[in-house]
Amino acid sequence: MTPTRVSKHHDDDHDHGAHQEPGFLGFVKRWVFTTNHKDIGTLYLTIAMVNFLLAGAMALLIRSELFLPGHRLIAPDFFNTMTTMHGLIMVFGVVMPVFVGLANWQIPMMLGAPDMALPRLNNWSFWLLPFAFTILLSTFFISGSAPNYGWTFYAPLSTKYGPPSTDFMIFAIHIMGMSSILGSINIIATILNMRAPGMKLMQMPMFVWTWLITAFLLLAIMPVLAGTVTMMLTDRHFGTSFFDAAGGGDPILFQHLFWFFGHPEVYVLILPAFGVISEILPTFSRKKLFGYHFMVYATAAIAFLSYIVWVHHMFTAGVPIQAALIFMYSTMLIAVPTGIKIFNWVATIFKGSITFETPMLFAIAFLFMFTLGGFSGLMLAIVPADYQYQDTYFVVAHFHYVLVPGAIFSAIAAVYYWIPKWTGHMYNETLGKLHFWLSTISLNITFFPMHFLGLAGMPRRIPDYALQFTDFNQIATVGAFIFGFSHLIFLYNIIQTVRGKGKKATKRVWEGAHGFEWTLPSPPPYHSFLTPPVFVEEASSHEAWDVSDHHEK
Amino acid sequence: MHTIIRKCCRWMSWMLLLCGVGSAFASKYNMPVGVTPISREIYTLHMTIFWIVVAIGILVFGVLIYALINHRKSQGHVAAKFHSSLKVELIWTIIPFLILIAMAIPATRVLMLMEDDSDADLNIKITGYQWKWKYDYLDENISFFSNLATTQDQIQGKAPKGENYLLEVDKPIVVPTHKKIRFLVTANDVIHSWWVPELGVKRDAIPGFIHEAWAKIEKPGTYRGQCAELCGVGHGFMPIVVVALDEPDYKKWVAEQKGVALKQANALEENKPLTKAELMEAGQKVYGATCTVCHQATGMGMPPAFPALKGSKIVTGDVAKQLSIVLHGVKGTAMQAFGEQLTDKDIAAVVTYQRNSWGNDDQAKFGKAAGGLVQPSEVAAARKASSN
Repeated sequence: MTPTRVSKHHDDDHDHGAHQEPGFLGFVKRWVFTTNHKDIGTLYLTIAMVNFLLAGAMALLIRSELFLPGHRLIAPDFFNTMTTMHGLIMVFGVVMPVFVGLANWQIPMMLGAPDMALPRLNNWSFWLLPFAFTILLSTFFISGSAPNYGWTFYAPLSTKYGPPSTDFMIFAIHIMGMSSILGSINIIATILNMRAPGMKLMQMPMFVWTWLITAFLLLAIMPVLAGTVTMMLTDRHFGTSFFDAAGGGDPILFQHLFWFFGHPEVYVLILPAFGVISEILPTFSRKKLFGYHFMVYATAAIAFLSYIVWVHHMFTAGVPIQAALIFMYSTMLIAVPTGIKIFNWVATIFKGSITFETPMLFAIAFLFMFTLGGFSGLMLAIVPADYQYQDTYFVVAHFHYVLVPGAIFSAIAAVYYWIPKWTGHMYNETLGKLHFWLSTISLNITFFPMHFLGLAGMPRRIPDYALQFTDFNQIATVGAFIFGFSHLIFLYNIIQTVRGKGKKATKRVWEGAHGFEWTLPSPPPYHSFLTPPVFVEEASSHEAWDVSDHHEK
Repeated sequence: MHTIIRKCCRWMSWMLLLCGVGSAFASKYNMPVGVTPISREIYTLHMTIFWIVVAIGILVFGVLIYALINHRKSQGHVAAKFHSSLKVELIWTIIPFLILIAMAIPATRVLMLMEDDSDADLNIKITGYQWKWKYDYLDENISFFSNLATTQDQIQGKAPKGENYLLEVDKPIVVPTHKKIRFLVTANDVIHSWWVPELGVKRDAIPGFIHEAWAKIEKPGTYRGQCAELCGVGHGFMPIVVVALDEPDYKKWVAEQKGVALKQANALEENKPLTKAELMEAGQKVYGATCTVCHQATGMGMPPAFPALKGSKIVTGDVAKQLSIVLHGVKGTAMQAFGEQLTDKDIAAVVTYQRNSWGNDDQAKFGKAAGGLVQPSEVAAARKASSN
């Protein structure tokens, strides 16, 4: 591609929105048939928000039951369906869609492209999801209980002993997997083909880089998950014995397959979050991201290592000592590239000119608490100690520390960061800060005591517990309710911003913001860049990494 | 520079104070040191890694907090221009790598120790069932099930909860101290996990496979644990109680067990008919330990997964059908085959109890087959009939 002339948005005037016919039918047709990356991004973000409130409500039911020992609100079987569905929906219905939504909105704008590479595929990959979640949630109305074996659905509890609704869960997972694969193909095609002239791979924004790597992870692991659930299906109905020792199979094979998917999946959830943080910290520190090259290498190294650590989820399941040692070492090794990322972020902030707008607050909270989650992860990697930690609340604390202030907080930060760009209006900063402080404090009240519960011997996934665990469970429940309800402030703030209540946002929005998306008006035109902008970077000069000067003539 | 040092010192002293408070309550909320060489090794490893992590945390968070306080725009700080340095990148790649090696060495050593289960003095096979444990003393020919002893009344909040709520069983596993005990762990149905924190043992119990673990208990006492792998609706209700006795006491216990087994065998041979009161009393106990998790103390069950026994067609109908279900279970449901878990007397008692509770013996309502007594001899006959 030859470099094109720098363009002004001469066509902005007649291209400001979707073509929507009048009436309710027009509204439905617009959203069902849309192939626009922004519309589809909005759809993804909306379904993620709905699922977040739903799965969050399930968590509150779990926490209510655990407020005191004894059977109180929900029966043990329903408790198990709650833990299962909370996990499945949070992973597949909240964190994955929210980052695909952010990718849809941001990647074309960050690359200087008009849209995603494959817009119709994009429409399809979204519209598979509502069907998948309808099927998954329909299991609540199927006799013999909804899925009740945890989000990891270990065989044979989910095969020979699973309720009839298991088949619906399997089908829902097939559809979600299809949606993820199609979405990944689209993202890879967009990143490799639609970059503005002059933008080399090693000049892409970090968010784009982390998504490129995530998309390859998804492509590799989703077929494994699909294969695993298909084997479950044939075990359940077609007389195979993949996971049944009585027929010559092996229940541990299920765990190997599941975690070969499951561990890279963890990085699918967190790598785009790394990308978001790498965008936000430089903006509010008014300083370029430190060690860009090493950040890219570290992300790739984490992705590679994520394929060869899966057995650390299964140390107590009885693996040969040689395997236990190898997987312990490879797991510990992940701390190196993750450490590089943390250190580079700290170095980015260091000697910056820092301000504390809401997105920055959430990004800083990410830095502190994701690191805490990383520390407990390192402890869990030590096999002998893992024998005591495995399947206790220590593990629950660990993965909630990496997923909630990790993935969820960075998604929240991303919404606060980019929503003025998307809507053309500023969100309410006071409410944003209130949301930040309430959710950050209550998050720690909820999850920090769980470390101690686990060490003191409380297993996970139990609906009732021994008396000595009462006090910390009560603290956690109180925290969970504050945490849950604090997000209603977030929802209100988003709705008000979308309705245009805040003050008008400028093109650049944030003083320290850099990148193509900030050269577009707020809100951006429907087809972002109709003529590709030219990318110019001079690494030696701080001012020149800012492309907008060339663009806003 | 001076102020930085002073600030650092002040901050460090706060951290130390926090650590002090932390260790005060650690005795309750930390991992137990335990009573075996392995559990102590694990504890030491856990604390070592913990303090390394705390040190790294103080360093990283220290720099971060310093920057957040001092490099604010509102303080008039202007952003520096640096954005890369190969030297520091290499430093913070290599140093963590070295720290990790330092962590891996003791971890490897302890792991090797844990794996060495050779030369055991005593072998106990542990089998996980939904939702109880079975212990087979392979060298002594002792075998029994261990059920939750906490009553449903306590769980449902109708009675005050005891000190060991949910951590008490009807028959604990008894082991000798100062002997190397090898546990052979497996399961009958789904995956369970046998975990006793004070022994430093957690092993997944996997149907069709046997995994090994070992312990050498140094202090007599009662050690409690729980199933650690989600195994269905009763997952939270299958505790483990280990009673460690000194050698002479243990020997006495073994002799007693053999006596009990002999007496039970004799009693079965006598096969003398039991009275309704005897059957009902024994039946209520068996029902409480075996059936209530699913079918509930009220007999109402949790339909549709766990059907009600109150007014059930099977429980108020033909005895043979009910016996067959209790003995052999219902395929494809959570109803297990209790034939191998319960004695003839237990089954006779629990079936009698079910047939005469919750108004199930109302012949006017359910017909002539309702109610009635079931004797151990009938159960034995039913067993024989089905095995032919």
